[in-house]
Amino acid sequence: MTTTTDLTTDHSRAVADGAHTHGVGAKPQGSRAERLTSFSLDDIPVPTGREEEWRFSPVARIQPLFDGGLGTAGADGSGVRVTVDAAPEVKVETVGRDDARLGRAGKPGDRTGVTAWNAFQQATVVTVPAEAVASDVTSVRFDGEQAGAATPSAAHVLVRAERHAEAVVVIDHAGVATLNQTVEIDVADGAQLTVVSVQDWADGAVHTSSHRARLGRDAKLKHVVVTFGGDVVRITPDAEFTAEGGEVEMVGLYFADADQHQEHRLFVDHAVPRCKSRVTYKGALQGSGAHTVWVGDVLIQADAEGTDTYELNRNLVLTDGARADSVPNLEIETGEIDGAGHASATGRFDDEQLFYLMARGIPETDARRLVVRGFFAELIQEIGVESVEERLIASIEAELEKSMSVITGVATPAGGADEAE
Amino acid sequence: MSTLEIRDLHVSVETKEGPKPILRGVDLTIESGQTHAIMGPNGSGKSTLASALAGHPKYQVTSGTVTLDGEDVLAMTVDERARAGLFLAMQYPVEVPGVSVANFLRTAKTAIDGEAPKLRTWGREVKDAMSNLRIDSAFSERSVNEGFSGGEKKRHEILQMELFKPQIAILDETDSGLDVDALRVVSEGVNRAKENTDVGVLLITHYTRILRYIKPDFVHVFVDGRIAEEGGPELAERLEDEGYDKYVGTAAPAAV
Repeated sequence: MTTTTDLTTDHSRAVADGAHTHGVGAKPQGSRAERLTSFSLDDIPVPTGREEEWRFSPVARIQPLFDGGLGTAGADGSGVRVTVDAAPEVKVETVGRDDARLGRAGKPGDRTGVTAWNAFQQATVVTVPAEAVASDVTSVRFDGEQAGAATPSAAHVLVRAERHAEAVVVIDHAGVATLNQTVEIDVADGAQLTVVSVQDWADGAVHTSSHRARLGRDAKLKHVVVTFGGDVVRITPDAEFTAEGGEVEMVGLYFADADQHQEHRLFVDHAVPRCKSRVTYKGALQGSGAHTVWVGDVLIQADAEGTDTYELNRNLVLTDGARADSVPNLEIETGEIDGAGHASATGRFDDEQLFYLMARGIPETDARRLVVRGFFAELIQEIGVESVEERLIASIEAELEKSMSVITGVATPAGGADEAE
Repeated sequence: MSTLEIRDLHVSVETKEGPKPILRGVDLTIESGQTHAIMGPNGSGKSTLASALAGHPKYQVTSGTVTLDGEDVLAMTVDERARAGLFLAMQYPVEVPGVSVANFLRTAKTAIDGEAPKLRTWGREVKDAMSNLRIDSAFSERSVNEGFSGGEKKRHEILQMELFKPQIAILDETDSGLDVDALRVVSEGVNRAKENTDVGVLLITHYTRILRYIKPDFVHVFVDGRIAEEGGPELAERLEDEGYDKYVGTAAPAAV
């Protein structure tokens, strides 16, 4: 039913050739610069599933979140509890939708983005005051309760790092919910902010989230997405540079099991000169019907001289019946850049690695674990938030633990009984 | 005291056109302490023998037997063979990104011995073995074989041979691609292992060069999937002078 072909693209030094875009059997796609963005429900209709930005998505399962009249997550009866645990230097507020600070980081670019914007009544605003250095991680938790699992709701979070502020904010998602979310990230001049979003949902959760980041002069953002749980998770992080010297590092890690859909669509908009972006996403897939989608759009506008960008996606397909789509797109409108490149590779588990490790006496299950851990190891170290790194390692172990029966079932040759240890 | 016995071994490789026979009846007995050199032209099946003994899934044994001290090796999985005491130093060691050499060595040693090595003595042992093989201690933290030069990969293979202490070690063209200095370092490692553990060695090589450093007790000439001639070290000297032409015939020179 599903086939996996090992595929790679590597354009370490791409140039402005006017048509630099790739896909796996992709239809030609319009320029990202021309994609309509709007705050109005009327401008962005309910998708059919044939649109470029929805063609990999299970739109039927996301349908409840296309409705403009969603309730507010965290409100009574929403079935979602929102808890904030802030560092002492960090200020947390709950504000109405008319707060002037909201809606400044870009505009919605797809249907769930625009419904999330129009539905929320209250927003959580996390502010790191100017020149403050947060002494601890600030945590924002979304806990879905079983009772309200099927009730679709909308949530809005704004994380603001004022001028020269420094902080780490971790947004967690657990339990079960049907949640449409916006995470706005405003990184002012000279600020350094890390935002981590962890999707550790239970089975049954459906979660869409538009992350929209705006970077000021010399601002640095590390944006980390970790997706393990939930039936359908679709995250669309956008980053926009508004002044020179900005730097964004986007790191993603996902692990899809049977029948999970995990989609990450990124867009980095180099609108101004001398900014830098790095995108590194890695995913593993196991089990029938596991589906991951990674789309990385980078636009280097005509004025963005001195841009330095590189994006990379790697997928490790552990079993038959899983599917990874990986589409890097790079549009370059100026030749005066420092560097632009992308690479994408989707491969099966490497049997030669397995043979090498087993030829050293290591039993097959342990050998597979070593390889998968190794696949994620460098990426985890890049996150730079110790508590998150530790949890991640534990989550990967748990994924491998529950999957070992699946994996050995596929790989053990007939009669090759595995009585190791 | 261990004995590896190979009897009338036939092996095929899977190709798109179906199974293709490579080994056509190999007979060979290797005992602890002995060093056997298998020499032969490219394409004669030397490396297939090495891979088949280690259990590489690409190769199908179609008939014959392999036993280690009477135990049926062919019935064992790849990891079971290693734990039974077989070691293969590979011609093309595989990169394992994200897995450090230190972690890999400790994991393999634990699997082979059935228990974790003593922390303190193990660290010392690894350090000494690395230093003997002129491997920089910084390699411990590098990913297995990733970014290693050809010579570094081969030294890392022999490092494992010294640390894992197998009964029988198969060295698959460990000498190929090495300069003279590296060849000497690697050969010293093999000789140390022979001295310290009485390991039986099956040395597969295309060239006689390595036999100046590692003295074979027996030399087997491998042609077209089987052993064409056997003898002592003097056979290697003759091959040095005459090459393999005599075995492959003038009509079919060894493909290079």
